[in-house]
Formats: sequence, structure tokens, C-alpha cells
Amino acid sequence: MASDDNVLVRVENLVKYFPVKAGGFIRHTVGQVHAVDDVSLVVERGKTLGLVGETGSGKSTLARCVAGLIPVTSGKVIFDGKDITKLSRGEMRPLRREVQMIFQDPYSSLNPRRRVGSIIGDPFSIHGTATGSERKRQVQELMERVGLNPEHYNRFPAEFSGGQRQRIGVARALALRPKLIICDEPVSALDVSIQAQVLNLLSDLQAEYGLSYLFIAHDLEVVRHVSDKVAVMYLGRVGEAGPVDTLYSAPRHPYTVALLSAAPAADPDTAAARQRVILTGDVPSPIDPPAGCRFHPRCPKAQPLCSEQEPPLLPPNTTVLPVTVSPEDLVASPSSSPDGETIIGSDAHLTACHFPVAPGETLVGAGNREIS
Amino acid sequence: MTFSEASFEVGQVAEPPEPQTPAKVEGRSQLQLTWRRLRRDKVAIVAMIVVVIMVVLAIAAPAFASLTHHPVDVAFPDTGEDLSGNPVGPGVNGFWLGTDGSGRDLLVRILYGARISLFIGVVTTLVAAAFGVVIGLMAGYFGGIIDTILARFTDAVLAFPYVILGIALAAVFGPSLTIIFGMVTFFSWAGIARIVRGQTLSIKEKEYIEAARSLGAGPFRIMFFDILPNLMGPVLVVATLYIPQAVVFEATLSFLGLGVQEPTPSWGNILADAENFYATSWWYVVFPALFLLLTTLAFNLLGDGIRDAMDPRTERVLAARRNRRKDKKKLGAANGQGSGLPDTAQIAAS
Repeated sequence: MASDDNVLVRVENLVKYFPVKAGGFIRHTVGQVHAVDDVSLVVERGKTLGLVGETGSGKSTLARCVAGLIPVTSGKVIFDGKDITKLSRGEMRPLRREVQMIFQDPYSSLNPRRRVGSIIGDPFSIHGTATGSERKRQVQELMERVGLNPEHYNRFPAEFSGGQRQRIGVARALALRPKLIICDEPVSALDVSIQAQVLNLLSDLQAEYGLSYLFIAHDLEVVRHVSDKVAVMYLGRVGEAGPVDTLYSAPRHPYTVALLSAAPAADPDTAAARQRVILTGDVPSPIDPPAGCRFHPRCPKAQPLCSEQEPPLLPPNTTVLPVTVSPEDLVASPSSSPDGETIIGSDAHLTACHFPVAPGETLVGAGNREIS
Repeated sequence: MTFSEASFEVGQVAEPPEPQTPAKVEGRSQLQLTWRRLRRDKVAIVAMIVVVIMVVLAIAAPAFASLTHHPVDVAFPDTGEDLSGNPVGPGVNGFWLGTDGSGRDLLVRILYGARISLFIGVVTTLVAAAFGVVIGLMAGYFGGIIDTILARFTDAVLAFPYVILGIALAAVFGPSLTIIFGMVTFFSWAGIARIVRGQTLSIKEKEYIEAARSLGAGPFRIMFFDILPNLMGPVLVVATLYIPQAVVFEATLSFLGLGVQEPTPSWGNILADAENFYATSWWYVVFPALFLLLTTLAFNLLGDGIRDAMDPRTERVLAARRNRRKDKKKLGAANGQGSGLPDTAQIAAS
């Protein structure tokens, strides 16, 4: 169990809906995009929580809620023992130093009209921690630390390559020595060879400064490489979560299985031998998500129960059906918090599925066509 | 660094590498890049020289007055008028461009008029740009009700019949330079505000603005440190194009008798007086009109040049690029024929 001393961020029942508006003169809300729907997770100190899911699964929205960039609809984000969702802008300011973000697009995340020195120096001037030559010295130190030439202090972002730009973004995030860095697909826009460099830089920095990462990606191999724990998101919910090794070697949620089978394999023999689970249909609209398990319309193992009952996140071998889950069962399980809620990011391997995939079970052909 | 000189001019016209540039690579700001491109635009350079000459002439107006011994508002009934009381022509009795209807030196009056015109043109545009930028930034960045109020106000100003307002103000307060100044400023900021608002709306969605927010930057820091530098291009271009408009606006109001009043000269009131003498004294109309035309034309051409230099993707530059490419292709076709052959072979193979 993740004790509170080890927990840096605890997200509790986070919900974020975006209103859908229509109408010309009088704008009125006609629906809600369920971007993040009742997600709970923890990020432990010095560890990396990976967040995977396809486009539109709510990963980035979750990240922005944790960073305090957008207000949440309901739920709590407890950072270092303090709920940041209720804070005013002024109260938020000191916390900005503790949580930083690295963005996906190294081209649009750096202001094209400002020199690199001023971009990396921004955190110092905003928080007034260093000025003048002291700031320049610190910025150049940071540039050196992330593998940039400090002499390029006066250059513009356009003069750097994608990988170098992402290093600038890392340096900016690192400037205030934050406790948590939220990496929103930090390597998705980079070449594979550059990806490795940036990932290694991130893990070096983690070791050096004891950083915690909330690492978002849709590349499963990248997440496996950097993460200690992984959570798989689908349509605003967490489908499966657990330590990286168990989740990758024995996925229990059918969606995770499909996702893992879709990842390209580098070895042609492996690629030819593996069996792909092909999901049919599209991701349903987050404005009107399916009832019950959100994955059931596309799930090869779907049963009538799946469209009726929403499966809770449970550790393995909790064989009781969710209808009959009693609080005592949950308290008894090692990974639940005292209020009976299982928390993602702790040691347990949790799955939100009525009929989890057993080890060795093959999903290919279970209601889906097969290709080899 | 192994990057070549050309690879750093991202987003600008691919120019042949200049032989005289040193191997050392340096970061260039937007202004430096613009200036480098502007230097190659002959029309813009000529326009800039005309503008500089105008400014120098306006500053040197008292020098001309003492050189010709013709102070600006002193009439010379003996030398400056012919026997029937009409103005004398250029070169007569030491009046370089002739005299006006009262026998005053036309050149000296035009140069003093240039002081008013350029002052009004530049200063009102600066003030209007400052207002326009602040209002446009606020409307675009904050959005919501603030945007609705500011944007509707801007539209109302743009739709306002300014000549009628000018006549009304002149009737109530009497014509004065202050009214002109206020009027020109008031009717210039709205256009700039509208452009700034539109740009702000698109820039505020960029990730680097979110990055600034996540660093804890406040709205004013974001508006003036992160968004404004990205707006300097369009604002500079629009401002340059607003200067001639303001000059013409001032001339129009003075021409209608609503602005600068005799004996203070302004191009507008000189032209208004010249109306009475056009049949006998062509120079009285032609020279002030020529100065007005040259000034506005020069500012307009300079503005166009700056716009092209700021954003090389405009049509003129693209056309030049296309032509250059065409020339290259012709050269290539002449050198090695049948370059299409490998392509078709490849398609067939695949």
C-alpha cells in the first residue's frame, strides 16, 4: 500500500466535463464531453506513473487538471497533502513551482519570438528567484545540464532541431526544481533515435533530482521504458492499472490486450508469430459514453452484464461480481485505501472488467476476425 | 556548429548564400531578419529615402525660412504679388516655389505644413497603436463579456461617420489642433485593435501560452511578454499604413476648415486657399498636393515593403520565388533531358 508519506499526488474521483454549446445568439449547453470521468490515482515520490490510451481518452485533460491549468468539474487533486482544485490564482502561484509540464509539440510549446535564454529564464523572472547575471548563469547551467550548448543562449527556437527544442522545454520545466513534472507526450513528435536521448535525459534527471513524473504517451514501449506504474485509459476512465512488469506481461483488461497486440514489434519473426486482436468499430463519442463498461461495444468478451453494470477497478482474484462487492472485501484487499477505494498507482494490479482476461487466454477469434 | 548560414533563415525566402557573410552563426531577431529582407526591396528603400527626406525638410523648415529671408507667416505684398495682386510663380523674386494668395513664400509654408502633417501622422499613429494594442489584447485574451464589449465598441468606432463628428466638434469647440489630434487618434485605434484581437485569439491557443500559464505567469505578463512580441509584425505594418491615412485625414479636416487654422500652415489649409487661385497660379495647387502625394505614397509603399519583409509568404514574394524556380527548371531541362524517365520506371516497379 502506498503510504501517504510516499505519495506526492493523490487524485481522487476526478471528473472533468467540457460543455458542448450550440445556438447562434443565445449559447446554451446541449451536452457534456466526458473527458475524464471519475479517475483516482496516485503518483509516488521519485517514481513515474505512465498513462497510456488512444487519442481522446482523456490523458491530456487529466494532466492539465493535475497541473491546475483547467478547473475540475469535481473531485480532488491533492498535491503534497493540499487540495489544489479549490485554490485561487494567488494561492496557486507558489504551487506552480512544484508542478511543471513538458509539452508534446516542441515547435508550438516555445515562443518563436523569444530567445532561448529568455524562455528558460522565464520561470526565474516570474517567481523572482534570480535576476540579471545570476539568472543568465543559472539558465546556462540548465542548458548545459540538458545537453544544450550554453553559448546558444541568444538564439531563437527556430534555430534548433526538434530534439534540441524538447531539451529547451525540459530545461524550462526543470528551472524551479519542481517535485512533479507532467510529461504530456514529450517524445511523440520526435524521431525514434531522438526519443531515446530525451527519455534517457528524463530518467537521468529523475535520478539526480528525485523527480516524480506523470508520463503520458500513446506509445506503449515508451511508457514501459520509463514507468514504474502504468494506468491504461479508455474514454475518460481507467481500465487497468498496475506495476509496469505485471501489466505488460499479464494484461487483464481486453482493451489492454488489444492495445499491446497492436504495438509494432521490431523483430520480424515475433511480428509474424504474434496474434493481433483487432477491435471493431470506433471509439464511442465521449459526449454520450456507453452505459456499463465503456469498452463493451468493442469488447470481444462482452456479455450482457457489461452493458448494465459498470465494473469497478479491482485487484485480481476478487472473483466476486461487482454487484455483491461489499466494503469489507475491498478493505481486505491490500491495495485499498481506508475508505474502501482502490487507488491506481499503488502496487496492486487493478482491472475494471467483469470478465478479465486470464493468463494464456487468447482473445483472437473471440467475436473478432483474426489476421496473422 | 555545422549548420549552414541558409538553414537558419527558417521561414524566409531561400536566398542564395551571400558570399560576404562570415561563417559565424548568430541568432537573428525578427527585426534583424526583416531589415535584411527589406534592404533587398528597391521600392521600399526608395520610399524610405523619400520619408527620411520629408522628415529632414520638415525639421529644417526654419533654416529654409532664414535662408530665403521669408518667415513663414510674413506676407510680401511688394515682391510676392504681381501687379494684379496674384501670387508670383516659382523662381520669381527669390521665391523658390512661388508665393501663396497672400504673398507668402509657398516653399516655407509647405515645409512648415510638413511639420504639422508628419507630427499628426506619426504621433497619432503611435498613440492609436498603443490604445489599439492594449484594447485588442484584452479583448482577445480575456474573451467573454470583456471581448463582447470591447469588440462591439471597436466596430461602432469603425462605423462612425468621422467627417460629421469633426464638423460637429469644430462647431462646438472651434477648430483646433487638439481636436484634429483627438479625432485622428480616435478613428485610428479601432482598426489596429481589431487586427490585434484577431491575432491574439489565435496565439492564445498556442502551447507556449499554456506553458507560460503553467509556470505561473499572470495574464498581463502573458499578454505583453508572450503574445505581444508575436504581434509586433502586423502592428508595425498596420501602423506604417496608418500614418499616410492620418496625414490625409488631417489634410482633409484642415481643407474643410475644421482643423489647423490660418496663419499656421498645413497642407490641407494651403490647398483650401489654393482653390481660389487655381486658374491663375498652377504652382499654388500643384506643389502642396505633390508633397502630400509623395508623403502618403512613400509611407504606403514602405508599409507594403515592411509587410512583405515581415511575412515572406505574401503573394509578391511567392511570385518572385516561382519565377526563380521556373528559371532553374529551364536550366535543368537544358542540361539533362529525360529526368521523368526514372520516375516512371519506379512506378512500374512498385
